[in-house]
Amino acid sequence: MKVGIPREVHRGERRVAATPETSARLTKLGFEVLVESGAGEGASFRDADYEKVGARIVPAAVALWGEADIVLKVQPPELHPAAEVHEAELLREKGVLVSFVWPAKNGELLDRLAERSATVLAMDQIPRITRAQKMDALSSMANIAGYRAVIEAASFFGRFFTGQMTAAGKVPPAKVLVIGAGVAGLAAIGAARGLGAIVRAFDTRPAVKEQVQSMGAEFLEIVVEEDAAGEGGYAKEMSAEFIAREMALFAEQARDVDIIITTALIPGKPAPVLLTDDMVKSMRAGSVIVDLAAENGGNCALTRPGQVIDYRGVTIIGYVDLPSRLAPTASQLYGTNLTHLLADMGGAKSWHIDLDDPVVRGALVLKDGELMWPPPKVEPSPQEKRAKKATTIPPGDIVRAEKKPEQRSASGVVVLALIAVLLFGIGLVAPKELLSHLTVFVLACFVGWQVIWNVTPALHTPLMSVTNAISGIIIVGGMLQISGRFEAAATILGAVAVLVATINISGGFLVTQRMLRMFHR
Amino acid sequence: MPESLVTVAYLISGILFILSLGGLSAQESARRGNLFGIVGMALAVLATALSGKVGGYPLLFGCVAVGGLIGALLAARVAMTSMPELVAILHSFVGLAAVLVGFASTLAPAAGMTGVEMAIHEVEVFIGVFVGAITFTGSIAAFAKLRGLISGKPLLLPGRHWLNLVIVLTSIVLGTRFVGAPLESGLTPLLIMTGLSGLLGVHLVLAIGGADMPVVVSMLNSYSGWAAAAAGFMLSNDLLIITGALVGSSGAILSYIMCRAMNRSFISVIAGGFGAEEGAAPAKAGAEPAGEVVAIEAPETGDLLREAKTVIVVPGYGMAVAQAQHPLYEIAKLLKERGKKVRFAIHPVAGRLPGHMNVLLAEAKVPYDVVLEMEEINEDFPETDVVLVIGANDIVNPGALDDPSSPIYGMPVLEVWKAKTSVVMKRSMASGYAGVDNPLFYKENTRMLFGDAKKNVDAILAALREKRAAAAAAE
Repeated sequence: MKVGIPREVHRGERRVAATPETSARLTKLGFEVLVESGAGEGASFRDADYEKVGARIVPAAVALWGEADIVLKVQPPELHPAAEVHEAELLREKGVLVSFVWPAKNGELLDRLAERSATVLAMDQIPRITRAQKMDALSSMANIAGYRAVIEAASFFGRFFTGQMTAAGKVPPAKVLVIGAGVAGLAAIGAARGLGAIVRAFDTRPAVKEQVQSMGAEFLEIVVEEDAAGEGGYAKEMSAEFIAREMALFAEQARDVDIIITTALIPGKPAPVLLTDDMVKSMRAGSVIVDLAAENGGNCALTRPGQVIDYRGVTIIGYVDLPSRLAPTASQLYGTNLTHLLADMGGAKSWHIDLDDPVVRGALVLKDGELMWPPPKVEPSPQEKRAKKATTIPPGDIVRAEKKPEQRSASGVVVLALIAVLLFGIGLVAPKELLSHLTVFVLACFVGWQVIWNVTPALHTPLMSVTNAISGIIIVGGMLQISGRFEAAATILGAVAVLVATINISGGFLVTQRMLRMFHR
Repeated sequence: MPESLVTVAYLISGILFILSLGGLSAQESARRGNLFGIVGMALAVLATALSGKVGGYPLLFGCVAVGGLIGALLAARVAMTSMPELVAILHSFVGLAAVLVGFASTLAPAAGMTGVEMAIHEVEVFIGVFVGAITFTGSIAAFAKLRGLISGKPLLLPGRHWLNLVIVLTSIVLGTRFVGAPLESGLTPLLIMTGLSGLLGVHLVLAIGGADMPVVVSMLNSYSGWAAAAAGFMLSNDLLIITGALVGSSGAILSYIMCRAMNRSFISVIAGGFGAEEGAAPAKAGAEPAGEVVAIEAPETGDLLREAKTVIVVPGYGMAVAQAQHPLYEIAKLLKERGKKVRFAIHPVAGRLPGHMNVLLAEAKVPYDVVLEMEEINEDFPETDVVLVIGANDIVNPGALDDPSSPIYGMPVLEVWKAKTSVVMKRSMASGYAGVDNPLFYKENTRMLFGDAKKNVDAILAALREKRAAAAAAE
């Protein structure tokens, strides 16, 4: 099967759907990889790099689209500026397209693709379940966007992030507020912390508190009884009371912090406006706002998607192409997500579209031109399931577990008492000689008990072989029986006993010696 | 040699044996300890030979020479991976010797015993033969299992606990027939009992699952000691009693340690059949671990290792089977040269014999001070960059700590999942001997490296060397 990697035509898009490394992986999966000439340019990959790993360079887009069975892309298909045809028209009849599609807002595109009887998998629709994490392109891109947001903020921010005491005076650290602690938010926290800033974070879902703190940021909280964890790991919309308190918090923070990075998104709805005109006005001059929700309208009322504006000394960054600004890494991660998906669908050898696979079903938008989107609801995330499971452990189990040590010690006392009774019983009937043997026996047991506990576990195998050897002392028993008439049964039995006991003695000691010689510091 | 001198010689032997075991408390003193053991044994044999109670020197000498030679050959030839088998077969010899001595002592009893003494002697013989026969056949069964001559799967006969009980009760009844009976009519019950206890030994071991082999072997070690002690009682020989008691308690302690390391009760292992009976059912009933297995290739593992600062290697029985310890240490050496901290973590029940992994690593020349016990190293996993798990499964199963439905719940395990990344080398996705699915494989920070452990370790080593050569060339 042939996989085609066209050059992205979207303005400003520098990512590519496969890097030389991921195309090598695709080859390993059995695919023949075709790369449009110059496809990797924006992400600093040369045609030669692809050729080196076995990909074939195709000079023109039209030829590539025409030849490939599966086309891997980053941006949804659009009008090809050079060929002056819509990319959807370039796709082969009944071809397969895997890319970001955003089916909810690209209805017209779906119609075009349906006309080609195409099969379309949308990377933006991969369900957010644990199993699909390795294909979760949205998370990959959000991670990059979060990091890049901090870098963009830093480049517009006129001070150090980290506080410094220099000979020329003290420089205070920058204070960064991250709103929304999803993948992007956490990445932003990490990057800002890495640069040395004081980072605070806010999220409507209390569950992320630990994650925020683990990244080294302070988690800001408002006390209202409401949990915003919605389906598929996103937040849901909140009540009026909550929002009022939230806004008060932001207003307070806006006066204090230097940089605000907002990442709040609610699926299927425009982004909530969290930073009002007034809040921006209250910020110190030189402050920076990075709005990661710019594409969906923005979390800041003043954000202009795709632009950087200066509002009364506050820089508001509304870039919508942050991942593309880190094109090599973004391409690498996205490409890896794609290879995982293709591997999951059977590779080249057993390529199939499994409607029972929740990941494939979730991403599938068109199947041979037939609309498959939206998919039926997926089951809840495994964490929730696990939580439910944990609470349904029958209480009896716990009680039983707690009881055990007591029972054990009780049985220990019983055993000791039984032994004592037994010894007294023996003492009543046994002759003196047996008792003296018994004394030796019991004492030897105790000595053995004390000595063996001191043996280091690393030497347990030599311990076993040396005890093997010394239990060959039973040779003495054989020797005492050997002295009778040569053909007497007892003599023969004794001789065999001596023979096997000697095997034990020499084998045991020698192998111990051999082993111990190997131990060295 | 007068009898008092013989007694003194026995006393010294006994002390030397204790010192011998005491010497094993540390690697530095271990070799000296073994020497003590050899001297003690030589002294005991010599004193017995010269005690005047022993004649038939040509026969004795012949047997000792042949036995010594066989033992030496075994010791020199055995591969370190086959140590469990050797130990098991040596146990069987002690058991066999105990049985033989018991019979010989019945056939030619010491003169001058009165009624009660005679009865006690006979009880001692009976018990000695009983324990000896169990040790003998049990060890042979264990040997066959370890060798792979018979399946490692536990054999679970219906009503097997009853079967064992019936054998024990029958043996007791036969014992009452044996004690006090004249030689001719007494021999039959003794013989029947020997056969029955032999069956019991086989059955006990066959019912125990493969993962419990360390317990079985140390238990048989213990039995062989008790058999020797019983022989000492029947022959009124204190040295045999002392040595038997030492070995018996040594084996008992080892079994106890192993049981604790697997969170199993001693009784359930001795009674047998734990590994399968309770293991298989919940594994299937329990929910499938969530998440996806992420595979990795050897070169990528090499990259991971090159980028890591601290590495912990967790070997298991799979490493022994694949003989991967030598290239493994090469990897460790390479990494160490680059200033990385490389250590080995040993779970008490890794392998098929207590301390088995330590011996294998020692064979590969791994210095013992980087080989750490579970308690010593478990806290260090969170600060570790890469953990290499080689051929281990149940001992790194997080289900043992957090899943009460898991059959191995409560067993202490190496907490490898707390490390940044753990690479698990495994032949396939099959579950371990306990038959329990391992949620570790599905963790986000776990990578699976499938295939033969030796080949994979070799490939990682090659990748590391290649990179190093490339780096050297670049300079």
